[in-house]
Formats: sequence, C-alpha cells, structure tokens
Amino acid sequence: MSLRERWNALSRPAQWAVLLPVVALVYFLPVLDPPVIATTGTDFPTAMFDVARYALVAVGLNVVVGQAGLLDLGYVGFFAVGAYVTALFTSPSSSLHKLPFLWTLPLAMVVTMIFGVILGTPTLRLRGDYLAIVTLGFGEIIRLLADNVDPLRGQRGFERVGADNAGQPLFTHATQWYWLTVTIIIAVLLLVGNLERSRVGRAWVAIREDEDVAEIMGVPTYKFKIWAFVMGAAIGGLSGALYAGKLGFVNNQSFDVVTSMLFLAAVVLGGAGNKVGVLLGAAVVAYLPMRFVQIAKYNYLIFGLALIILMIFRPQGLLGARQHLLAYGRQAYQRLIGRGDQISGDSALAPEKTGGRS
Amino acid sequence: MTATLLHTDNWIQFDVHGLAEQFWNNTVDGLAQGGIYALIALGYTLVYGVLKLINFAHSEVFIVGAFATWLTYYALGFRAGTTPQLPVFELIGFLLVAGVVAMVASGAVAVLLERVAYKPLRDRNAPRLVFLITAIGASFAIQQTLKLIFGLNQQPQIRLVQPRAVFEIFGASVTNVYLILFVAAIVLWFVTDFFVNRTRLGRGIRAVAQDPDTATLMGVNKERVIIVTFLVGGLLAGAASLFYLMKIPQGAIYNGGFLLGIKAFTAAVLGGIGNLRGALVGGLLLGLVENYGQSLFGGEWKDIVAFVVLVVVLMFRPTGILGESLGKARV
Repeated sequence: MSLRERWNALSRPAQWAVLLPVVALVYFLPVLDPPVIATTGTDFPTAMFDVARYALVAVGLNVVVGQAGLLDLGYVGFFAVGAYVTALFTSPSSSLHKLPFLWTLPLAMVVTMIFGVILGTPTLRLRGDYLAIVTLGFGEIIRLLADNVDPLRGQRGFERVGADNAGQPLFTHATQWYWLTVTIIIAVLLLVGNLERSRVGRAWVAIREDEDVAEIMGVPTYKFKIWAFVMGAAIGGLSGALYAGKLGFVNNQSFDVVTSMLFLAAVVLGGAGNKVGVLLGAAVVAYLPMRFVQIAKYNYLIFGLALIILMIFRPQGLLGARQHLLAYGRQAYQRLIGRGDQISGDSALAPEKTGGRS
Repeated sequence: MTATLLHTDNWIQFDVHGLAEQFWNNTVDGLAQGGIYALIALGYTLVYGVLKLINFAHSEVFIVGAFATWLTYYALGFRAGTTPQLPVFELIGFLLVAGVVAMVASGAVAVLLERVAYKPLRDRNAPRLVFLITAIGASFAIQQTLKLIFGLNQQPQIRLVQPRAVFEIFGASVTNVYLILFVAAIVLWFVTDFFVNRTRLGRGIRAVAQDPDTATLMGVNKERVIIVTFLVGGLLAGAASLFYLMKIPQGAIYNGGFLLGIKAFTAAVLGGIGNLRGALVGGLLLGLVENYGQSLFGGEWKDIVAFVVLVVVLMFRPTGILGESLGKARV
C-alpha cells in the first residue's frame, strides 16, 4: 500500500520521470537479450512480441471485464475479426482491394467496433453469467464462420498477410514488430487511462460496482456497457491485426475458446481493473510457457489450477483494482478523508454483501 | 473485386428440399441426440436451481464419465474393432457395469469439484463471477489432466451394441441404440423428477433452491443438499456418457465435453434453467432444431445453429420456454 500511496503522492512530471527509464528498458529488452530472462525455445524478440500482443489484448479485455465488469468469454472473436480484416485487405490470397498494412490497423479497429455494436446490442441486456455464456457462444460462432464461410478460406488461410505490393512484409525483424506493438500499447494505455478518468470511466465503475444503483443514479447503463464492449472490441481487433501482420499468415486455427480463456486468465490473474496488473498478468501468461519450455506441456493445466487457487485466496488478482472515483480530485479527496485515496478495491470481483442473494 | 467476395455462392445455402426429405430421419436423430442433451442439461439445471451457479465444469464431469465407460469396456476385455456378438443378458450386464462405473466416476468428480473449488468460495461469500472463473479454471484443469493421461487423440472406438434398425417410422429407421437412448433419457428424467419432487432429500433441494437461509432455519442441512445436488448431476452426466459412447463410440476425447456441455447448457436455458421439465423439453427441442438446421444449411452449420438458438432465446426469453422454477416447484 505504501508504495502505491507514495506513487500517487508524486506529481505527474515526477511520475513520468520514473516511468521513462522503465519504458526505455522495456523497449530495449529484445536488443539486450538478457541471459536469464531470454527464452530458450523461441527466439527472444519473437517471444517479446507475443508478450506484447497478449499485453495489448489484456488491456483491451480489461476495459470490458475490469472496468465495466462484463465477463466476456468470447473476446477472441474480436481478435479474429481484426486478424481477418487485415488478411482480407493485404493478402494476395484474397480478392479484395489491397491496402497498405498500416492502413488496415484503423480499418480493423473500425470493423471490430461495428462487430462490437452488433454483438453488444442484443447481448448486453443480459447480466452476469448469462452474458458470459452468450459471449462464449458468439466467439464460437465467429470461429465457426471462419471455418465454414468459403471466402474466409478455412484452414487454407491467407498467405503473405501484411505484405506490400512488392510482396515484402512491413518489418522483417521481430524486434521492430515488438517496438510497434509497445508503442501502440503505450498510446492505448494513455487513451484508456484518459477514458477511465472521464465521465465514461466513472459510469463503467458505477456499473461494475452495482448496475441497479448506477441506473437509478441516472447512468444510462446500457449505453455505457455497449461503449465498454466497443472499446474493448477495437483494441482486440487492433491486436489481432498486428498478430496477422507479424505472422504473415491467418487461418482458422488460432481463434479457439482456449485462447479466449487464456486472454481472460491474463486479465484475472493480473488483477481485473488494474492496468499495471493486467500487463503483468499478460506477461505471466505469455512469457512463462516460452521461458520454461519444460512446463509448456502443462501450462493449461497450471493455468486452470492457478485460476482456482487464485479465486479462493485472492479473487482480485495479483494486483487488485483501484479506482479514483473522483476524477482530477485526488488532492480534494485526500483532504476530505485525510489520507491516500484508498477508496475501495471492490469490483465485480470483490466479496458480495451478505444477504443479497439474487 | 468486392463483388467476388459478396456474390460467391458459398456463403449459406438453404436446402429446403433436403430438409423435407430428411425430416423424419432428422426427427429420430434429433430426439436421440436431444436425450443426451437433456441428461446433461439436468445437471446444469439442478446446480443452477440450488446455487444460481453455472457449473461450467459440468461438461468435464461428463467427459470423465465417457473415459470411465471406455476404460471399463477395456478392462472387461473388449477391444476396438468388430462388435462382439453377446447374449442379451450378458450385454445388459456389461452395459450396467460400465454405466455404474461411469456414474460413480462422474458423480465423484462432481462432488470433488464442489468440495475443492466451490465450497471455499461459498464460505467466503464470493460474487458469482468468481464462481464462474473458478469453474472455467476447473474445466481447464480436468480437461488438461485427461489430455496428459490419454493424449491428444480420440480413444479407439469400442462398440458393444451394434446399431440395427428395429422399426421404421414414416420411412425413418429407428435403431436399437436410438431407442435405448431415448427411453433411457425419459426414464432417468422421471427418476430425477420423482427424486426432486417426491422424496425427503428432494424436498430439501427445493427448499434450499427457494430460500437457503429459511431452509437452514427449518433444519435442512444446506451443505448436504448441495453435495447431493452435485452428486445427482454427476450421476446423470455419467449415465449420459454411457449412452453417448453407444451412439458415438469414438467420443472419448479430452475436449469432447466442451461443445456438448455448451449445447446442454443451451438446452437448459432454452427450456428454462432451474426447471427439470425445462431440461427435458429444451434438450429434445435443441436436438431437433439442430438436426433440422443441419439438413437446411448443411452439416458444417450444425454447431452454429445451436449457438444462434442460445443467443436468440436469451435475447427474447431469458427465462426459457417453461421459466425458471426449481425453487417455485409445488410444495
């Protein structure tokens, strides 16, 4: 706690001064290739790109699960949509008009946002576990569509995704992909951070804590839930597009439910609602199996057991959520209660009040 | 350029003629498949009725039963390949042994799951999403354990009952396997219904479903009721796995429960989750719809039909066809 309080007590420029070296270190990790951390099975920059890709997905899913408290088990669907948009517009295997790869990133986001609205409009009237199952169903529908709709080429897939007219990919080195992804993550983090501190973010927190009360207090919950869904979808799509570009190949094999669960595991493990937490969670989920190849065979088993144990002993995740309920009002709040802004670590993942079984 | 993507013939094809032709075959097939859905759906419904919890790992409870059945066959000396010609009584005996083993295995896994994963959460008053995430974790863990033990591939098929047409109905032949399946599903449903609605323990289940606190005050042992609920769900899943392997002998694969579980859950929701009658109606209905859809759109769309049904039902009638009512059952 004290570390967090001290961090919050620092001024913005001071926080940046601390953060900059950290960010620089993150950027140069693949170049440094430190001996203990470096992965043995996979080439280290590629592994780092995978970690970054998971981190981006986790940040996006965190908006949905952590911020707004909507359990989405079909997030891989959005990831798939993003990947397929990029594939359709860049691969020579598709008959569509070709676009430069970087243009497909915003396009993928727009298309996934539309998908987010399409999926969110009917489903977000549901709550809790029903919503979870329906999103799971939607994720499966998208995967099965990729299997069965002929223009999406099923298992044959799209080749040379992200290649330009000369047939060259955007970057040849994994490190460059990693840098691009990290840059995007930082941009997304800033964006999501601002969103969190805005009216939208406060509405999300209100919905997460208690949807009925939020509605009574005048928060248009349905609208803001769709907002959360769409924002999450856009980030998922972006990550999918990056993945497609880096890999250069998209087929129907990498978008199954298990992947969805891994995404969710990253968010829940790190701490839903806490941006630093989910980054950590993503790093754990993506990095550990690549570093310790011996356990790679067991990694899903370990995740399963870890989820059970974590939910029993630390349901809020490794780093719990915290929320500035008063935007820009940190000092005001400190003056009000005379100490740091430890308002509540509650979320949809915190203990339920007794007696309120419904 | 865009035109080729949009104007391809291969998006979705409607084969109304095929559906008309296959209608009765589909009906028979769908009822048999629906029987399996109904048995698994009962497990979801019972647990949901009592705990308001979607036991996401129930599909793994089922697949454990399938492996137990397969192992029993194997231990009894049956091997993959030709179906042995057995005298009827001997056959029934072997099936009973396999069924009992499967039910015990599934029931044990269900109860173990409850004790190890869910009980600590209940003691801590955890919110429902935490339960769901735990269930996902448990589902993962069981699945992967099976994968480590039995490997990635399907177990070779062992058939005890050779499918053989018994009679015809509107030109659709009904095989002995389908007949057993359908009758067994109905019988087991009646047994469950009797158990919940007519016995002392069943009254406890309904009481806890209605109001756990009051039920506890009235002397119902809540913990025992919960264990019994999981146990009954597990036993039914075990029985379902026996019939499933009868219909699909190569069905013992580590992730084979997942899709079936989702569909059974869909069936439970379709009929009205928490409602025993709903599980039966929903299961049979889903089996039918799925098979009609398969004829109409083609085999590869079968799973999508089920998911679309799930989404549509939840959108327009989240309480299902018959409503949620384990707690509101007659006293």
